[in-house]
Amino acid sequence: MIITETWYLVLSAALFSIGTAGLLSRRNPLVMFMCVELMLNAVNLTFVAFSNALDDLAGYTAVFFVLVVAAAEVVVGLSIVVALLRRQPSASVDDFSELKG
Amino acid sequence: MLEAAWLIPALPLAGFVALVLVGRRLGEPLAGWLATSVMAGSFLATLTVFVGLVAEPAEERFFIQKIFTWVPSGSFSVDIGFLVDPLSITMCLFITGIGTLIHLYSVGYMHGDPNFSKFFLYLNLFAASMLLLVLGDNLLVTFLGWEGVGACSYFLISFWFTDEANASAGKKAFVTNRIGDFGYMIGMFLLFNAIGSIRYADILTSAEAGAISTGFATAIVLVFMLAAAGKSAQIPLFVWLPDAMAGPTPVSALIHAATMVTSGIYLLTRLNPVLAIAEPWSTNVVAWIGALTALVAALAAIGQTDIKKVLAYSTVSQLGYMFLAVGLGGYIPAIFHMVTHAFFKALLFLGSGSVIHGVHDEQDMRRMGGLARFMPITAGTFIIGWLAIAGVPPFAGFWSKDEILLYAWNEPGLNGKLLWAIGLLTALLTAFYMTRQVILTFFGRVRFFDAHQDEIDAAFGQRVVAAETQAAEAETAVASAREAVEKAEADVAKRSEAIDKAAADLTSAREALEAGDPADEKAYGKLTKAVDKAEKAGPKAEDALAKAQAKLADAVGAATEATQAAGALRAQIDKVAAQRADAPAVPDHVTAFTPAPDVEAFEEHLPESYHKRREYHPHESPWTMTLPLIVLAGLSIVGGGLNLPFTSDLHFLGHWLEPALFGNEAHGSATAATKVMLAVIAVAVGVVAIVSAFAVYLRGKADPAKIERDELGMAIHYDKGLAAFMGGPGRSLFDGFALFDKGVVDGAVNGVATGVRQLGQGLRVLQPGFVRQYALGLVGGVVVVVAALVLRLFA
Amino acid sequence: MVDLIVFVVSAAIILGGGLGVVLFRNPVHNALSLIASFFGVAILFILQNAQFLAFVQVVVYAGAIVVLFLFVIMLLGVDRDEVIDDDALPGQKAAGLAAGAAMFVLLCAGLFLSGPGGDDGAVALTGGRSEVAPKVEPDPTDTEADSVTVQLARDLFTRNLLAFEATGLLLTIATIGAVVLVRNRGAEDLVVDEPGTATR
Repeated sequence: MIITETWYLVLSAALFSIGTAGLLSRRNPLVMFMCVELMLNAVNLTFVAFSNALDDLAGYTAVFFVLVVAAAEVVVGLSIVVALLRRQPSASVDDFSELKG
Repeated sequence: MLEAAWLIPALPLAGFVALVLVGRRLGEPLAGWLATSVMAGSFLATLTVFVGLVAEPAEERFFIQKIFTWVPSGSFSVDIGFLVDPLSITMCLFITGIGTLIHLYSVGYMHGDPNFSKFFLYLNLFAASMLLLVLGDNLLVTFLGWEGVGACSYFLISFWFTDEANASAGKKAFVTNRIGDFGYMIGMFLLFNAIGSIRYADILTSAEAGAISTGFATAIVLVFMLAAAGKSAQIPLFVWLPDAMAGPTPVSALIHAATMVTSGIYLLTRLNPVLAIAEPWSTNVVAWIGALTALVAALAAIGQTDIKKVLAYSTVSQLGYMFLAVGLGGYIPAIFHMVTHAFFKALLFLGSGSVIHGVHDEQDMRRMGGLARFMPITAGTFIIGWLAIAGVPPFAGFWSKDEILLYAWNEPGLNGKLLWAIGLLTALLTAFYMTRQVILTFFGRVRFFDAHQDEIDAAFGQRVVAAETQAAEAETAVASAREAVEKAEADVAKRSEAIDKAAADLTSAREALEAGDPADEKAYGKLTKAVDKAEKAGPKAEDALAKAQAKLADAVGAATEATQAAGALRAQIDKVAAQRADAPAVPDHVTAFTPAPDVEAFEEHLPESYHKRREYHPHESPWTMTLPLIVLAGLSIVGGGLNLPFTSDLHFLGHWLEPALFGNEAHGSATAATKVMLAVIAVAVGVVAIVSAFAVYLRGKADPAKIERDELGMAIHYDKGLAAFMGGPGRSLFDGFALFDKGVVDGAVNGVATGVRQLGQGLRVLQPGFVRQYALGLVGGVVVVVAALVLRLFA
Repeated sequence: MVDLIVFVVSAAIILGGGLGVVLFRNPVHNALSLIASFFGVAILFILQNAQFLAFVQVVVYAGAIVVLFLFVIMLLGVDRDEVIDDDALPGQKAAGLAAGAAMFVLLCAGLFLSGPGGDDGAVALTGGRSEVAPKVEPDPTDTEADSVTVQLARDLFTRNLLAFEATGLLLTIATIGAVVLVRNRGAEDLVVDEPGTATR
């Protein structure tokens, strides 16, 4: 049985949806971050699948950049989380709503 | 050699930058020398370019140096570029030349000023702006310089800004100039609209090709005339220039006589191709504005007492001459007069500055007089300047002014003859007020040491107040003495009563003794004792009375004395008052030999300022100030040689400028005989004016009060009228605008703001501050988008 | 057949890890599940001929990023179970699950509706194939030319050089930003939120 890219796409759709659901339902900022990483991975998987199927390098390149940007994002995001949780170690994201309109 | 053109404005600009950075550290006098040397360098660069330009054939003396593209914007593109042609280089030559002299002079004049380096910083920036103005190859670069000189003029007029009057004079100049700038910008827009370019080269070719319609050209000439009227102080915008004399004198010389104020004439001359195709009546408007300004300002100059204000009005008047010439198509005489005027007016201003410097910052000519013996160099050079401006041959002013009058005479019809007559009348007035100034300043009695009216008033005021205080004290003393007398009198009366009572007591005691029975020893003895006691009481009471009477006499004596003292003081007050009535008033209008007010009787009472002045010695200025005077005096003598009228070969300036005028110069058809006749008339008029001024101010043949009418001193109430108009109907007009602004313009803006704010209030609900909810919104959006894409697959 | 087994196993690891991230209550367990998921993805990368990316995936994601997560968890001492009660947003959990499910259903629907697999699915979800970088033709003189890693490197350092440099700058900025954000600025900034001191 040949594994077409549809399989990969369904898998990545599933992973993306899991990440989405987690992002929306969890309240710990760290876990929400992990869910975002899950979603990014789902997208990476899609890129690689398309790239492989279409015999095209652009997908690989995109994945490379996603990796780099994700690293940068994690660095900044985690430092924000650290700064927040230092003030209030038991906080959930709902405790930071000072920017409400 | 022409490539050195960019150095001309760059050097003063570099000086400005250097002074901004290290000016304070350099301090006095190094900052001044730095500024002077960059100006001298700029002059050398100008000379280099000039030599290069002379080497070119006459038709090719038109060189554009592009530095970089400043505004590239679609079809509209503006370069920072310099236009080197005879006109701009002529301007540059006298701007940098006279500018250098004035910088040198300022080193001496600003000696000891706490903001010494700041002054030179402004001067350098001003020079750079002015050079940019004349060298710019398009209207926008010229405008850059135009605004630069305006700003520097503002800075320099209000240089001593701690004085309220100076600060407001600066503001007045700035605001008035804004009106002119409005005209400039409209003119620039019109030109761009007409030919799609604001480069002078394009304006020239378009005008020659007939691409500008006559109507457009007329409008352009009129709005640029408004611009020129602002910068060059012509009717209706001349009010700022006399007030601009609040600035330091070198500034008055540099900006308000030699350079900035000539930029209006430069602008119109530069635009001569446009003037040539405009309706003739519009250039006639220019000529008439010039002529009327010349006349009005000359009249106002007669009534001035401030040495610098006379020169300020004189400048306005001479600029009027230049506009008269430009309006008649006489660009060469206009530039010729501009150059000679720059020589002699700078000389006169610097001379007046030297005078002010020498007499301890006194500016009122009525308090000068006879200064020639204290400052011979200043006086000698000032007299040369006077002869030049008064139109006495062979000094510079004669040739250029005569040329302008010739152009007016050549103008056909009554129009030309009227303009000529006004010009001639102005020449007469000019000779008169300048002679008046020279006599009042340098000849006659030295009035510098005279007591001023306010000092005399102060002397009396103080004494009267002192005497009155004493008199009031004395009168109080009189009143208290009188009280004492009354008290003593009451005492005397009481004592007399006591005597009477004692006598009555004695009598009754004696009667009782006689009636008494001596047998009753005890009672009798008592009665005898009572009689004895009563007898003793009498002399005692008499003693007391005598004492009281003596006291009364004393009190009366004291009262008399006090009354006498008060009377004496009253008499003294009357005497001072009488003295004050007799005291000589300082006249408002003086001649050279108006006697000094006789203050001997109360000299010791005059305030300190008077005594200090008596010890002050008017003195000649240092060499940094007299050297420029001598150079300028030399130029004022020979300046006429630039363009002698005798033969065509002697029209040096005319031939030089011709390539920049493109044949738009008007050419008169006057015969040699007419020229000679006009010159003779002009000289005769000048001589008459000088002789009559001598008669009035030196010989005292007429009362100067009759000539120096108050309305002349106040410039025929023009300023006041303007203020009244702006305060009255103008004010309500602006209030109306303000109301419109508040109601409609602000209303619209505020209405939009209110709407947005209310919308925001409504939308606040959507911003709960919970990150997860935002994320839900995001994901919801994604779901909707994906759903839409999927639905598209069905379609 | 081997491919199928590998795919199924790694898919199971990926999905299991993903569900672990979402469902475990303890952050440490979440992070460990995340590592599992990342490893699965890396395996699939190898399966699809992207060895370099698989390598980077393991080193950067599993090695660096998740370690960073764990480090933060330990640093802050938040490695305890999440409090479930008093959710400030009632219904958020249900909405999240619904949104996730809807997303999955819609994506799959799009995939299968657009045709029986193959390129059409890609076309349906990308809106058509546009200008893309073709794989570089093998250079006969270059013995390593057919390696995907070499091609990727060539693509990165030629066509995407500017983007590559920009990401370098981005990383620098992120580093500086992290330092600025977590720098201890003295005691006065460490205000513990207490009733009454919230608004300062």
